[in-house]
Parts: sequence; structure tokens; C-alpha cells
Amino acid sequence: MRKKRLDRGVRARTEGIYALTSWSEMGYLIFPRGVLIVGLLVLPIFLDLYGQRVLCAACIYALLALGFDFLAGYVGVVCLGGSLFIGSGGYIAGLLNSHFGWPALVTIPLATVGGALFSTLILIPCLRLRGIYFAIISFMFPLFAVYIIIALNIFGGTEGISALDTLPNSWVELYLIIPILLIALFALRRLVNEDMGLILRGIKDNDQAVKASGIDITLYRTKAVFTAALIGCFGGAYLSHLYGWLGISLFAMDFSILPIAATAMGGMGTLAGPVLGALILTPLSEALRGFGQLRVVLYCLILIGFLVYKPEGFLSYLQRKYEQSEHWEEV
Amino acid sequence: MEIIIYGTVNSAIFALIAVGFTLVYGVSRVPNFAHGSVYVLVGFLTWTLLNDLKVNYAAAVIIALTIAGLLGLVIYRFVLIRLRGMATSEIIASFAVSLIILEGLRMQGIGGFKGFIGPFYMLRPFVEGKSTVFGVIVDYQRLIIIAMGLIVLSLLWGFTHYTRIGLSLRAIAQDERAAMMLGINSDRTAMLSLTIGSALAGLAAVIILPLGNVTAEAGYRVLIYALAVCIIGGLGSWAGAVLASFVIGFAMKLSTFFFGAMWESVVLVGTIILILLFRPSGLLGKQKELEERV
Repeated sequence: MRKKRLDRGVRARTEGIYALTSWSEMGYLIFPRGVLIVGLLVLPIFLDLYGQRVLCAACIYALLALGFDFLAGYVGVVCLGGSLFIGSGGYIAGLLNSHFGWPALVTIPLATVGGALFSTLILIPCLRLRGIYFAIISFMFPLFAVYIIIALNIFGGTEGISALDTLPNSWVELYLIIPILLIALFALRRLVNEDMGLILRGIKDNDQAVKASGIDITLYRTKAVFTAALIGCFGGAYLSHLYGWLGISLFAMDFSILPIAATAMGGMGTLAGPVLGALILTPLSEALRGFGQLRVVLYCLILIGFLVYKPEGFLSYLQRKYEQSEHWEEV
Repeated sequence: MEIIIYGTVNSAIFALIAVGFTLVYGVSRVPNFAHGSVYVLVGFLTWTLLNDLKVNYAAAVIIALTIAGLLGLVIYRFVLIRLRGMATSEIIASFAVSLIILEGLRMQGIGGFKGFIGPFYMLRPFVEGKSTVFGVIVDYQRLIIIAMGLIVLSLLWGFTHYTRIGLSLRAIAQDERAAMMLGINSDRTAMLSLTIGSALAGLAAVIILPLGNVTAEAGYRVLIYALAVCIIGGLGSWAGAVLASFVIGFAMKLSTFFFGAMWESVVLVGTIILILLFRPSGLLGKQKELEERV
């Protein structure tokens, strides 16, 4: 006996050009996407207040994981400092709110764009270099930001600034971030299959070839980093208005490491995988809140376990199972 | 005069911290993000051996360094070896190992482990006392740091230029394929480089930590310093790393002297950004310049 695996026909017909022949095939494609969309939109109704807060946090981590996966999986740029995005978005939104009294409706978009511009600008110098420079610099900046804020005692110093405007109620909180998460997810999935995505993947695989085609690599990498920064900074701006508070813990290591663990868990380069990974890991880490530093140790163990023993991640595994038919046959 | 002497001490500290990281990166191309955590771990190990187990100082240092070296070996053998060549995974995995060690040290209440938190962990200096050099008062530990910096650098130089193992390390660093054709085992060399690199991080810890407290948070700072030195000097370049430690050491001392201690990190960030803008491969990063530029 041996196990025989065969790709389903629908997979071949939807890889490049979509050539669907029946409603059942359409349903086959829509089903997994539909489960995610409807599931996320309906989930808040069944949760209590605490669960809803956890879901908000999970969505923020999911946004960061999405940005990380986009950069690492499609541009070949490893960003170890997701908290830089959270921090710059959160601080800009909070400062605009506390100094000028602008409402969240204005500060969140401003902070998203402003924070993304700021973080892209300070990351540009290392985009001209290949290899690990970006990882190192992006790892250093959040830590430096903390030192500088404490040393110069600016932006509220170690205590931070409290009593910012919060969002009106938990339904607004949830139905602001969930659609944005879904839009970001599907927009990025579309983007990586467009021309720009082709160039980005080309840069990852062979930058000299892309350069030889007369394309400015640095410009495209900058654009990619800006895109990821936009997603992350929105998360930050939203976070500071969610808790009505900003402080140096916006630059905490959690925001850098959990998205990476979620990406390794969900599968690098799948985009939806990291989102699912974040939705699983965040409640787990909430449950372990009482154990202090054990949480971070746990993410790291999960991270290394997946990297070493299951590098494809669980989403790629599920996808394979979904797209293939298996049966035992006589040899 | 004070600036020159304390600047030199600072530079020696940076050189000691960075030398292990440069060695590992130069040989195996693995950015060992666990560098800072090994540094802190050795600090706590030495403290535990000295105070809880009442071991002799020299013996404690040797045991701690051996453990650090073994840890480097284990990290390579069980984690990094499976990820060789996948740059993304290498970075992430070594970063995760680093976090496991650093946050693990701060973990509380598992099996009666209290966690190393707070400013209670101090190593005592090798030799107590102070002396006067060119009219400036310096304590002996700082002089020892300068001396050890010189000794470590010259020993490493000799090791990599005149011994068989050292030469094979350099061969792999320069051209992996050609070295492999000459019968040098790439994996074994990389494992060795991680072992030596971690032991060097531990050595730096033992020499430097008597100046202050041992805290887990220092791990991040040490890692940042090592990374900063390597970026400014040029990744994988020895001479560059030494030069960069002097640049940073004096820049930080000068900024402390003229503007106050709080500007130190601002100066460090500024230096890194300027170097990346004008000499992207670092001060002396010639060897791999073409490979790194896009």
C-alpha cells in the first residue's frame, strides 16, 4: 500500500489565470477566505469585554506580523524591530492628541502616514545594503528610542502620557481594526501578485538581475518598507487611542518578537498564515500574563521549533491538504 | 588627559565586546544575536559560582567561560546548523535564542528560581585600589581592561595568523568554496568560531562587569554596542572593528564631557546613520564591499 497524493484540478486552473467552470469550484475557492472574513467579523459578538480587548490586541499583532511577512517573505528584508512602527505611530498619535487636542479621527490617519514616513526615513540608509544590515539597524532603533526618550526626558519620559482620548466604545474599537486588518491582508495578497510584487520578489531572489533591467532597487525597497510601516504605524496609533495612554512600553520587545513567532508559525510568505498565527499566539500569551517573562521565552521556543522542524508553517501544510486529494492504493 | 585615558578604557571595552561578534560573523556569516545574552549569562554564572557555590575566583571564571563556549557550540550544533544559508532564518533563530536566555534569566517562580532581577549582583574587581596615571586617578580594574584588550587582540591575531585552526578560520572567511576544496570542514569551523566567539563574549563580561552591576537588561545594550562597532567598522573586518571601537569610545566620552551623559545614545545613533550614509560598508569594510552593496 502507498499513499497517493494528487493536486485537485481546481488548483491548476486558478494558479495563473482564473478559469473556473462551476459554482462548486467557486465555492471551493471562496470557502477558506469566507471562513476567515466571516469568522473575524462575527467573533466579537460571542466575546465578553475582556475577550474583545484581547481580540483588539491580536489584530494589532496580526497587522505587524503581516508587515513582517511581506518584508521578509517577498522583499527579503528582515525587520527585527516591529516595535519601531508601533512606537512611532503611537507616539505621534498620542502627542498630537495631548498637545493639540485633535480627535482620534484625525490623529490616527496622520500618525499612520507620519509615523510611516518617519520610520522609513531613518531606515533608508541601510536599504542600499544587502544582507543583515537592515535586521541589525531595525533591531537597534527601538532600543535607542527608549534610551533617548529616557535620557532626554522628552514625550513624558519614563512615565509616558496618560488620559488621551479613547475610542467611543468597544464596537467602534473592534469594527475599526478588523476591517482594516482584512483590507490590509487582501490588499497585500493582491499587491504581491501585481507587477510591483514581481519586482519585489525579483529583488529578493536576484537583485543584480533586477538592477540590470533598469529598475531602481532602492526605490522599490523603500516603497515596500513604507507599505509595511504604514500597516505597523496604524497599529501603533490605534493602540495608543485604545488604551488612552502612551509610554516607552510601545517600544517593547513583545511587538517585535510575537509577530515574528506568528510568522514562523503560520508560514513565511503566505500572508494569511501570520495573521492566523497572531490570532492564536496572542490569546495564549494573554493566558500566560501571570508568568511574566515566561511568555517571551515561550514565543521564542515556538519560533525556533517551527523554524527548525516545520519551516513551511502550518498554513502551507493545511493548504496542501486542502488542495490535494489523498488515497491509499495497492502497489 | 582624563578624556584620553577614560576614552581609551571605553574603546577597550567596546573592542572586547565586539571582537567575538566580528569573529563569528566573519567566519560563519551568522550574525550571532545571542552575543549579548552570553555576556550576561557568564556574568550571572560567575556570580553564582562565587557566591552560592563558594568557588575560587579564577576557577569560577574558567568554569563560566567553558560553559559559554559549550553554549555557543550547542547553539550552532542544534539550531543554526539546520538553517545554514537561509539568512532570514539564521537571524531570527539567533535572535530568539538570545531572547530565551535574557528573558529566561529574568523569569520568576519556576521551580523556586527567583530570577536575576535588581541591582544586587556585583562581581568584585580582580585587584582593588586605584593608581595615578599622568595625573589622572584610575582604578586598577580599568587598567586591567586596557591590558586585557591588548592581550586578547594580539592573541587572537597570533591565533588566526600562525596556527592551523586559526588559518582555517580565515580561509573559510575569505573564500568558503576554495577552503572546502582544500579539505577544511565548513561546519566544524563555523562551530568552532561560535564556540570561541561565545567564550570571548564571556571573557569580556568577566573583565568588564566588575565596573558595575550585572543586569539582564545589559544584554541588549551589549548586543547593540557590538552591532554598532561592527557596522561602523565594516562587518567582518577586524581592523575596522578595532578602529570603530576607538571612534565610538572617544565619541561617547567626548559627548559625555561636553554635553552630558544623556547624549551618549544620540551620538551613537548619529554616528551609525552618518557612516551608513557616506560609507555604507563601514570604515574598513573593503573586502566584502561589492557583495554587500546593492
